[in-house]
Amino acid sequence: MVKAINNVESPEELQKCQTGIRGLDEITDGGLPKGRPTLVCGSAGCGKTLLAMEFLVRGAAQYNEPGVFVSFEESSEELVQNVASLGFDLNGLIAHKKMYLDQVRIERSEIEETGEYDLEGLFIRLNHAIDSIGANRVVLDTIESLYSGLANEGILRAELRRLFRWLKEKGVTAIVTGERGENTLTRHGLEEYVSDCVILLDNRVEGQISTRRLRIVKYRGSSHGTNEYPFLIDEQGISVLPITSLGLQHDVSTERISSGIPRLDIMLEGDGYYRGSSILISGTAGTGKSSIAATFANATCSRGERCLYFAFEESASQIIRNMHSIGIGLQPWLEQGLLSIHAVRPTVYGLEMHLVKMYKLINEFKPEVVIMDPVTNLISIGSETEVKSMLSRLIDFLKASHITALFTNLSHAGGAVSLEQTEFGISSLMDTWILLRDIELGGERNRGLYILKSRGMAHSNQIREFLLTDRGIDLVDVYAGPGGVLTGSARSAQEAQEKAAELVRRDETGRKKRELDRKKKALEVQITALRSEFEAVEEETNKLIQQEEIKEKVLAADRAGMMRLRKADADS
Amino acid sequence: MARPATKNTKKPDTWELKLYVAGHTLKCKSAFTNLKKLCKKCIPGRCRIEVIDLLENPQLAKDEQILAIPTLVRTFPLPLRKTIGDLSNEERVLKGLDMPC
Repeated sequence: MVKAINNVESPEELQKCQTGIRGLDEITDGGLPKGRPTLVCGSAGCGKTLLAMEFLVRGAAQYNEPGVFVSFEESSEELVQNVASLGFDLNGLIAHKKMYLDQVRIERSEIEETGEYDLEGLFIRLNHAIDSIGANRVVLDTIESLYSGLANEGILRAELRRLFRWLKEKGVTAIVTGERGENTLTRHGLEEYVSDCVILLDNRVEGQISTRRLRIVKYRGSSHGTNEYPFLIDEQGISVLPITSLGLQHDVSTERISSGIPRLDIMLEGDGYYRGSSILISGTAGTGKSSIAATFANATCSRGERCLYFAFEESASQIIRNMHSIGIGLQPWLEQGLLSIHAVRPTVYGLEMHLVKMYKLINEFKPEVVIMDPVTNLISIGSETEVKSMLSRLIDFLKASHITALFTNLSHAGGAVSLEQTEFGISSLMDTWILLRDIELGGERNRGLYILKSRGMAHSNQIREFLLTDRGIDLVDVYAGPGGVLTGSARSAQEAQEKAAELVRRDETGRKKRELDRKKKALEVQITALRSEFEAVEEETNKLIQQEEIKEKVLAADRAGMMRLRKADADS
Repeated sequence: MARPATKNTKKPDTWELKLYVAGHTLKCKSAFTNLKKLCKKCIPGRCRIEVIDLLENPQLAKDEQILAIPTLVRTFPLPLRKTIGDLSNEERVLKGLDMPC
C-alpha cells in the first residue's frame, strides 16, 4: 500500500490517501493528500456528491477507513437511495459503523440572527460523528449551502477558516465540495481555505453530446496529471481514465500473428502482422473490410486468444450472421468467452466517453486483439483533430499493453487519390495499412487488395484479387499484363484470349517456316539452273580457247615457215 | 441544568425555551443573561428556560439540527422557532421568537 511505501521512503514526503476510485489514484499519483482537506468543485450535476460518496464507500469497504458524510443538501434517505443504484449499500455500512451520515438542515427564513454566534454546533456534530466511528475520512457536501442559510458572512468566513484548520488538526482526509462560480472555482471562494488539493469537475455539452471531465487544478507538494480527464459514471461508480499519450516508450514485439488469410500472411513476409501493431484496413463500401476484420477475429480466437470487437455499424447478431455466410463461424467463440462484440452507435455518447468506455472494456476483458469497425464512424461525433487525438491515445494505450489493433476505415469512392487518404490522417499512426479497392472493369466490380505500407517488414508490393468465398477469404493473383490489371471474369477472359492468341501465333510460326522452306527450295533450283548455265558458258568458252590455241599454233607454224623461206640471218 | 422560572408547567400560556450552548463561553453566558432579562420583561412568570450544553450531549446537536452556538429554540407554543446568536439584539429576538412585549 502507498501508506507503507511512503513511510519507508521518507517521513517528510506527503502521505496520500487512496480514493479507490478507478483512475483517480493514478492521476493524483497515489490519492488525495492524507489528513488534509481537498476541494472538489463543479457546476450542478457534474458528479461532486457521487465522487465524494464513492471516496467514503471505497475507503470503508476497501481500505477499512470509516467515513463521515455531512450533507448540507440532500437528506440521509435521499443519499442512501441515490447511491444504491450504483451498488453502494450505505445502510449496511452504517450498521457496521463504517459510515456515518448527518444532514445539516438550515433555512434562513426560519432562523433569526440575534447577535454574535459561532458554528461550534457544527464542530461538535462533526467531532461526535468522527469519534463515534473512528473515522479517517470526512465529506462536507456542499458546505457553501451555509452561505444561503446564514446572513453574517464575516462570521461564516472566519468559522470556515477555523473548520478547515480543525479538520487538519483532527487528521482526517476530507473532501469539501463547492458549487462552481461565475469566474471563480467556487461561488464563495472556498478555494481560499483549501489550498492543498483542488479538483474541478465539469460536464460539457458539445454537439448535443455531454462529456464529464475532471481536472486537478492544484495539488500542493505532489506531482499530478494536469490534463482534463474524461470520466464515466456507470453502475460501478466513477471511472476516471488517464488517457494522455503515454509517449512512445513501449517495447515492441517481434512475434508475428496470422491474419487468418494465408495468402495475406505470405504477402507480409510469410508470417502475418506483428503482435501489438496497429493495422488499418481501408476501402470503400462493400470492399470486404469487415470480412478481413472478422477473419482476423476468428484466427485470434482459434489460437485461444481473446478478441474484443467494437462494432459501430452492425449489431453483434448481424455480424455473426453475415460472417457465417462466408464460412466464418464466430458464434462458438462468443460462447467460449473468447470473443466479445460491443455494438454501439457512435452518437450514443461523446468521443471521450467512447474512449473511456473502450479503456474500461479493454481493462476488463483483457483481449490480445482489438477490432474497431469502422473507426470512420466516430468522425460523426467529433472533429478530425479530436478523432485523431483520441485514436492516437487509444493506439498508444493498446501498444503499451501489447494488444494488436485492427481498424477499418471507410473511404469514400472517388478516384485513387481519395482512396489513399484516410479520413483523418490516421494512417500515420498505423503500422500496417492494407487498402481494399474496387476494380470496375467489363461491367463488374471486383475487389483488389494491396499493402500500402507495413512497418518493419519487406512486404509484397503486388495487387491481389480478393475473393469472398463460402469458405472464407481467398486471395488470388490478378492478371497483370500489357493490358493493365484485370480481375474477375475479365481476368479469366483475358487469360482465355491469351491462350487463343498463343495458338494463332504458333500457327503463324509454322506457316512462316514452311514458306521459308519453299523459298529455300526455289532458290536452290535457281542456283542449280544458274550453275548449269554457267557450266554451259564455261564449256563454250573453253571450246573457244582451244580453238584460239590451235589457231595460234597454226599461225606460229606459218611464221616459221615464212622465215625459213626468207632465209633469215643465222644469228636470230 | 434546567432552570424553571415557574413551577407550574401545566399552565397553557407558559413558554418553553431551550438554549443550546457549548461550554461556558462568553457568548453563551451573555445569551443566557439576555434571555432571562427579556423573559422577565415581556412574559414574567410564564417562561421555562432549559439550557443544554452540547459538549455534554453532542448527539443532541445532530438530533436537534443545531449548527450555530448559541441557538435558542422555542418548543412551546408551537410552531417551533429558532434564533441564533447571543440575543443581544432585542428587537430581533422578539421577532424571531414572536414574543409579545
